[in-house]
Amino acid sequence: MTAPVSIRNATKIFGDFTALNDVSLEIEAGEFIVLLGPSGCGKTTLLSLLGGFLSPSSGTVEINGQDMGHVPPSKRPTTTMFQDYALFPHMSLRDNVAFGLKMRKIGKAERHTKAEDLLDMVGLKSSADKKPHELSGGQRQRVALARALAVEPDVLLLDEPLGALDLKLRRQMQDELKAIQKRVGTTFVHVTHDQEEAMAIADRIVVMNAGNIEDVGRPEDIYMRPKTLFSASFMGEVNFIPGTLGKRHDGMVDVDTVLGPVSLAETALRDENLTKGTKVTLAIRPEHFRASTGTGPRITFGKAKVTDGSFFGTHHRAHLEPVDAPDIVLTAHMPQSAVIEAGAWIDLTIDPASVVVLAGHPDTTRTEDAA
Amino acid sequence: MISSRFSKVLSWAYLIALYGFIFLPVVVLVLFSFQDGRLPVPPFNGATLKWYGEVFADSRLMSALGNSLMVAIGSSTIACVLGFCAAYGLARFMLPASRLQRGLLVAPMTVSYLIIALGLLSTFNWLGVSLSLWTVAIGHVVINLPLCFAIIYASMGDHQKNIERAARDLGAAEWQVMTQISAPMLMPSILAAFFLSVTFSWDEFIISFLLSRFDVTLPVEIWSMLRSGLNPKTNAVGSIVFLVSVALLLILELSIFRRTAKK
Amino acid sequence: MASATLETRENRRAWGFVTPALLWTVAFFVIPFIVMAAISLATRKGRELVMAWNLDNYIAFFEKAHLLKGLFVSLEITFTVTLISVVLAYPLAWIIAERIPQKWQRMALIMAILPFWTSYVVRSYSWLLVLAKNGVINNTLMHIGLIAEPLELASTRSATVIGFVHFFVMLLTLTIYANLVQMPPNYRRAAADLGANGFQVFWHVVLPLTLPGIMVGAFLTFVLCIGDYITPQILGGNNELALPQIIMLQLGRRADFPMAATLSIILMVVVTLAYIACARWLKMERT
Repeated sequence: MTAPVSIRNATKIFGDFTALNDVSLEIEAGEFIVLLGPSGCGKTTLLSLLGGFLSPSSGTVEINGQDMGHVPPSKRPTTTMFQDYALFPHMSLRDNVAFGLKMRKIGKAERHTKAEDLLDMVGLKSSADKKPHELSGGQRQRVALARALAVEPDVLLLDEPLGALDLKLRRQMQDELKAIQKRVGTTFVHVTHDQEEAMAIADRIVVMNAGNIEDVGRPEDIYMRPKTLFSASFMGEVNFIPGTLGKRHDGMVDVDTVLGPVSLAETALRDENLTKGTKVTLAIRPEHFRASTGTGPRITFGKAKVTDGSFFGTHHRAHLEPVDAPDIVLTAHMPQSAVIEAGAWIDLTIDPASVVVLAGHPDTTRTEDAA
Repeated sequence: MISSRFSKVLSWAYLIALYGFIFLPVVVLVLFSFQDGRLPVPPFNGATLKWYGEVFADSRLMSALGNSLMVAIGSSTIACVLGFCAAYGLARFMLPASRLQRGLLVAPMTVSYLIIALGLLSTFNWLGVSLSLWTVAIGHVVINLPLCFAIIYASMGDHQKNIERAARDLGAAEWQVMTQISAPMLMPSILAAFFLSVTFSWDEFIISFLLSRFDVTLPVEIWSMLRSGLNPKTNAVGSIVFLVSVALLLILELSIFRRTAKK
Repeated sequence: MASATLETRENRRAWGFVTPALLWTVAFFVIPFIVMAAISLATRKGRELVMAWNLDNYIAFFEKAHLLKGLFVSLEITFTVTLISVVLAYPLAWIIAERIPQKWQRMALIMAILPFWTSYVVRSYSWLLVLAKNGVINNTLMHIGLIAEPLELASTRSATVIGFVHFFVMLLTLTIYANLVQMPPNYRRAAADLGANGFQVFWHVVLPLTLPGIMVGAFLTFVLCIGDYITPQILGGNNELALPQIIMLQLGRRADFPMAATLSIILMVVVTLAYIACARWLKMERT
């Protein structure tokens, strides 16, 4: 019903293209893991390695402690929910869901009962006799889920299953998917490029880029304390302030930024091995800029001019031009009640605990990736 | 592992057997067209080009070949133009009973050539129309029009509709849209329809046989050669037709391949 | 109101595009068919045609054994050919689609249908060279001493069937292959993922999904085969006549036009019945 997965040093090369580059990942039994990244980052390749549709060029995949090296998809304790659902068009929903059980030589009465139970779970019991083409996108998605779960896999692999749905339906399906996962307890490995979807459903998110794992962690960790520049920027809006690492003292570290020197707790460093003089970047989420009044620890980057602003419902989104570095454009989310006027001056004040220090400069990340 | 290797061997054996079956008559045909003797059957007495010489010296065969080309190209052109216009009208406009119209246009596809030929023969006799290459060409348009219509109609997608709308929006008249936008856009399928239709007409026997009198097409002429029994000259004609068709096919394949590769 | 007039104008233009093709089809397909149907109700008086407007020809068809037999011969040949062709072509198409590397598939397919491009008349003639008394097969078998006397291969129903099967294997390989490669690969992956073995994937998923393609090809085979005159005429000999041969006989030696028309209408009815039988699959292709 559920099993841990471990991927060790998996590399996959297609011709002269490295789709996966020495990737290792441990997944606990019953975990909901989301592989997140832009297209071409290797997330779907990794999923295919788990499902057995591809075999790694080097490295191993273990499920429940068993090496999956020579195990074909049909013999693996995994099932895949395909992006296009791949529901068999010539079969009723009942036969679709019961297909895997039929292949396991389970009697007709038993497999039909089970198929109907699963269709019931996804709210489609009354449609059991329909054909897939009679269903809406969201309904097909549910049938695909029921079909994949019918054989009680240890690990369910979901290949962008919500990609074809419109936004509202997608949010609704996310909730259902998470609820069903908690209920059945199966390990879910879910691929998406939508970071909101990832945060909504994942126990842990694996951020991938260019065949590498950039970051692994709980949604709040990845969002609040990303490990790399890529991870920070892929998980939503972020401001990057380039600087150079200064000396450390008493659990604090100095950073000389383009907006002036700041002193931060050493825990803000996402890479312990960074040494004095290396290029670093401060990552600050737009909503972390604070009004200068108020209590608690504060650091400031001087003043900035509001260039424009617009109202987003939950907040105002403003573009700012710092006095000390006019060529940088910062984005800040201000409270609903704030009055944002172009040309106004505000203090760039921030809680130091919400700042992280990442290795490298934004414009150099690309060359680093290529190297 | 053993079973997969066994199935591999079985696959290849099957493949070779079927290719052998498919190629056997062609190989025999071409081989014995070089027969130095009166009969195109074993034993093979040695190679000669004599029969090819006889083919090219045969004025009836040569004129039949010319007739076939004329009928094929003429009837295919008419079928393509009519088919394209009809496809354009039915795909781009909302016409009443369009299902019925489409059904009517493709109906000849489901009827044996023999029946089409007999129907036309009855009608031409009734009207007192004398049989000629013209009547053959009319028959060939009847069988090729459904084909051309279906191929071109199937390739008219909705994304092209918007391109045509854009052209109309920019001031193009309907005939300009058709000739300058739609036709060039659909050229690959129009060409495919044309060449397929040329092949069909070129190879068609029964309509040509029943609807022609003095001037005949190549298949009809070859048919009359068959009455004299097995003859290496027939092999030679058959081989020439085959090699020319294959050459044409290769040119087409390469040009279409290049076209699709460009995209 | 303004939009209504715009639409009317559009419609008038559209008719301009469609009408020529419709007229052609009506003039040279529908009307000839009606004329032929009318002639099937006439009788022959010497060399003259008299419009009797009765069903005598149709009654004669069912009463005269040699005519009725022609239909059964044609049906038997057609069903045999269709069945054998599908059974031979499916594995070939499958092997090309599955076993041959992607970049060679197109080449393999072109090779498989290359003899298509011999002239239709010549193709049957070529089989005569292979099957004749002094032909390639008899010669080879006698040469290696397997038989003493040449076998009667040509001028038999088997020869007709072989000639037809040769043609339709090529045709069906093409249609079935197209069907196989069009199928989204995820269907098969999904079936395998759910535990189906190779045969089960084929039986439960691939075959049902390619059935429409097979039926389209089989129907095409049926229509072309049952209406063909050349192949049985060249390869079948005179022991038994297929319906198209009998029709041509009426036209030629017997100059019985009404009977030829009658037999054609009957042929057409048979094809229509076949269409109705296959319609379920022919339609399913669209979904």
